[in-house]
Amino acid sequence: MDRDRLIGRAGFLGLLGAGAAGLFYAKDVTGLLDRAVPRTVSALVPTSGWRIYTVADTMPSLDPATYRLTIDGLVEAPVSLSLADLEAMPRAEQVSDFHCVTGWSVNDVHWAGVRIADVLERVGAVEGLGGLRFVSAEAPYDDSLSLEQALLPDVMLAYEMDGEPISRPHGAPVRLVMPRMYGYKSVKWVSRIELNTAPQAGFWEQHGYDADAWIGKSNGISA
Amino acid sequence: MASPPNRPARLLRRFTLTERVLHWTHASAFLVMLATGLILYLPILSTWISRRNLVKNVHLGTALAWAVAIALVFALGNRRALRAAWREVERIDRDDRRWLSLRRARQGRFNAGQKVNVILTVAFALLFALSGFFLWLGERDHRFIFAGTGTVHDLLTFASVGLLAGHLYLALIHPTTRHALRGITTGEVDADWAKKHHAKWVEETGA
Repeated sequence: MDRDRLIGRAGFLGLLGAGAAGLFYAKDVTGLLDRAVPRTVSALVPTSGWRIYTVADTMPSLDPATYRLTIDGLVEAPVSLSLADLEAMPRAEQVSDFHCVTGWSVNDVHWAGVRIADVLERVGAVEGLGGLRFVSAEAPYDDSLSLEQALLPDVMLAYEMDGEPISRPHGAPVRLVMPRMYGYKSVKWVSRIELNTAPQAGFWEQHGYDADAWIGKSNGISA
Repeated sequence: MASPPNRPARLLRRFTLTERVLHWTHASAFLVMLATGLILYLPILSTWISRRNLVKNVHLGTALAWAVAIALVFALGNRRALRAAWREVERIDRDDRRWLSLRRARQGRFNAGQKVNVILTVAFALLFALSGFFLWLGERDHRFIFAGTGTVHDLLTFASVGLLAGHLYLALIHPTTRHALRGITTGEVDADWAKKHHAKWVEETGA
């Protein structure tokens, strides 16, 4: 191959090599974007780290004043809780990282809400409970946790994020937080919890997502 | 450059049918994937359009259709012409290097900027496909989630939008280059225009 042609070939292969290496070594650039992009544009390009994914025709808009959380299934009688009912229960707080399966993460998110154990005690779950199905107001979104997973010490039904009531894009007024699993398990706009004998495949799992949502080591992330 | 009105324009054949079909196949698939990709990526669009599963399926379906269509162009098309074009593109000769350092230099069928554009476009397409494949696979099997897959796909998007903007400007607006649009649609360009902007090529064809 003549020298002139080597130039184009080297450029082409160099780009391919750099891109392929980038799959493993490239860092999230949303932080850089935040500094590089003027304020007016920062609303357009993801700069805070968060991206908002919705599957229904429109994003749910739930009024906190009239919000009800229905809990049914393996209970003596279905229970309907208001936001005030949840806020009156023991308050839990935590700082945890949020990892999306599509590759972005937000570290050190401050959450406040209630633990699942306290909710189950309040509603009086019956024998045989093995799975909790969290149903979103954003139909048909739902996802399930096993009882064991739901009772982990850093799982909660959150009503505050970073010191503020949870905003609409983040699942107002109440969302699930399951930091040890990818974000599709952390159902937003939770309007119903169905208590079952076993967990069921959720929305994205029915569309091909891995049912094993535990955050692994392959991506350098540890829960 | 337009020919004098009473002399019919002499036309030179610049692109084979295979080259033109390859261009428009890639262009149309790219535009669909760019539109759906931006809906999936930009917060303002992702929440406005919502319906993530549908938009994602269009994006992935188009990617699959793109791969099949490109393979068909190579399988059924004029491979000799494609190989020749790639050889031309890879050869960045002395005149091209002069041109790229903003000095005047006679250019072949592709000027140096067009060569760089082709190299970038092909490399980006392959890297889009590679990173996109692992984004898709990673959701299905979390062992294939790598630290930089999303970043590579995002950066390719930014770079491609820049490249596309420049390409569209030169192909549709810039007075001395927009005649090239005729070449990539009908295959033929005005000989006088070609002599002025692609002198080495016209010499080689002996026109």
